[in-house]
Amino acid sequence: MCILVRNVIFFEEIAIYPSKYCRNFQFGLIQTTYMLKILEKLGHEILYFLETAGRMGIFLFQSIACIFLPPYKLQPIIRQIYFIGTRSIFVILFTGTFTGMVLGLQGYYTLQKFGSEGLLGSAVAVSLLRELGPVLTALMVIGRAGSAMCAEIGIMRNSEQIDALELMAIDPYQFIIVPKFVASIVSMPLLTFIFNFFGILGGFFVGVSLLGLNSGTYFQGMYSAAVWADVEMGLIKAFVFGLLVVWICTAKGFFLHRERAGGFGAEGVSRTTTNAVVMASVTILVWDYLISAMML
Amino acid sequence: MSNVEKEKVVELIHVDKAFGDQIVLEDVNLPIYEGTTTVIVGPSGTGKSVTLKLMMGLMRPDSGQVIAFGHDISNISNKELRKIRMNFGVLFQNVALFDSMNIFDNIALPLRERTDATEDDIRRNVQEKLEMMDLTGADKKFPAQLSGGMLKRAGLARALVLDPRIVFFDEPTTGLDANKSAEIYRLFHHTQSELNYSAVIVSHDVPKIFKLSDFVVLLAEKKLHGCVSPEDFQLSDNPAIRLYVEKNIGPIYSSLIEEAGFYETF
Repeated sequence: MCILVRNVIFFEEIAIYPSKYCRNFQFGLIQTTYMLKILEKLGHEILYFLETAGRMGIFLFQSIACIFLPPYKLQPIIRQIYFIGTRSIFVILFTGTFTGMVLGLQGYYTLQKFGSEGLLGSAVAVSLLRELGPVLTALMVIGRAGSAMCAEIGIMRNSEQIDALELMAIDPYQFIIVPKFVASIVSMPLLTFIFNFFGILGGFFVGVSLLGLNSGTYFQGMYSAAVWADVEMGLIKAFVFGLLVVWICTAKGFFLHRERAGGFGAEGVSRTTTNAVVMASVTILVWDYLISAMML
Repeated sequence: MSNVEKEKVVELIHVDKAFGDQIVLEDVNLPIYEGTTTVIVGPSGTGKSVTLKLMMGLMRPDSGQVIAFGHDISNISNKELRKIRMNFGVLFQNVALFDSMNIFDNIALPLRERTDATEDDIRRNVQEKLEMMDLTGADKKFPAQLSGGMLKRAGLARALVLDPRIVFFDEPTTGLDANKSAEIYRLFHHTQSELNYSAVIVSHDVPKIFKLSDFVVLLAEKKLHGCVSPEDFQLSDNPAIRLYVEKNIGPIYSSLIEEAGFYETF
C-alpha cells in the first residue's frame, strides 16, 4: 500500500515536472517549437515575396497600359523629362568625361605592354558603348532622380495625397506615374549617348593630348572596331534600364504603406527610398549581365 | 426631419470589416439621405474613419454592400467607381492638399483634370470658391505657408469645386481653437445651404456639432447606434448612447438620484 502511494506520488511529480526526470522530453518539445517557428517565418517570407512580386507586376502592367490610354497630356511629361533628363545632363557630362579619361589612361598603359596602343580608340569606344555608358548612366539617374521620385511619391502616399487624387476621380497612375515612366524611358537613351560622347572625348583628351597618341589612330581604331551592333546593344540596355529604374523607384514609393520597411512617417520614407535605390542598382547590374549574355 | 420621401445617396448595408483578427465593424447599416447632414460620433479608435473610407470606396468591406448613387461600389470596376466619385467631395483630417502646388492650382486641379472647362472658366470658378472661403489673396501661397484654419478652408474649397452631391468631412475641426472651429462650421452651413449637398461628418465636437446635424450616429463596440435626430439622440434609451451622452455632455436629463450615482463613479 505504502509503495503504491509512493508510486502514485512519483508519477504525479513526473506529470508536473517532466523535465526533471526526462531531459529528452523537454529538449524534444523545444526543438519542435523551434522548428515550427522557423517554418512559420519561412512561410511568411515566401508569402511576402510573392505578394510584393505580384503587386509590382500588376503595377508595371497598369502603368504601361495607362501610357496608351487617354487623356494624353504632354506638359507633365515634358516637366518630368526636364527633371529626370535635362537636370541630369551636368552629372552625366562629368561622370562620362572622367570615365573616358580613366579608360584612356588605364587602357593606354595596359595596351602599351603589348605594343598595341593603336587599339586605344576602339577599346574606349566599345567598352563605353556596350557596358559603361548605359550602366553608369542608369546608376547616376537612380541616385539623382530615382531616389527623388521614390521619396516624392512615398510622401504623397503618407500624407493621403494619393487617396485625395482617387477621391477627386483622378487616376493616380495617369497623374503621377505615367509622366515619370515616359520621361524615364525617353531620357535614359539620350543621357547614355551624352555619356558616351563625352567619354570618348575624355579618352581622346588623355590618349592623344596628354599621352601623345596619334589622333588619326585613335579615331580610325574606333571607326573600324565599333559597329552598329555595339550601339544597338547600348540602346537596348538604356531603354530597359530606363524602364527598370522608373518601375522600381515609383512602385516602391507608391506602395509605401504595404512595404515592411515602409510603415509610417519620415523614417519609413527614408528606409523605403534606400531600399528602392539599392534594389534598382542591383537589378541594373543583373540585367546588364542578362542582356549582354543574350545579345552576344 | 422626415426621411420617408428623401432619396438615399449613400448606404451601408450589413457591412463587416476586420483587419486581421481585429474586427472593426460588425453588421453595420447606415443610410445617408439627400441634402441632409449625418454626424458620426464615437470614442477614438472605434472605426469612424474606416466607416468613412468604406463609404468613399477607399476600402472594400469584407461582406455586405456599399450603395452609392444606386451602384454597389464594393463590387465595381475602377472606371465606374471614378465616375461615381465625380459626385464626391472630401475634406481629409490632415487636409491632404498637394504640397508642391499653390492654393490656386490645388483648387483648380479637379477642374483641369476632370472637366473640359477653359482656363478662364477655371479661374472664375476658383476665385468664386476662394471668396466664399475668405481666402482671396492666398491663391499664390503654398500649403506649408498657411495656418491650420486657412488650410481647412482651402481643403473645403477644393472639396466643393466640382459641385459634389455629397461631401465627407473627417474631423474638420481637429487642431483648431473654438473660434476657428466655429468659422469652419459657419462656412459649412453657408455652403451647404447654397449648394445643397449631403454631408457626412466625423466629429468629436459634441454637442456643438449637433446644431448642424439632421441625424446623429454613435459608433461604439463595432456597431452603429442611433441615426436619429440630435434631440432624440440625447434622450435615447439605448445604453451605449446614454453612456456616451453622459460622458461627453453630462447627465442633462437624468434624475437627481441617478446623478448622485453618476458623479460617485469619478
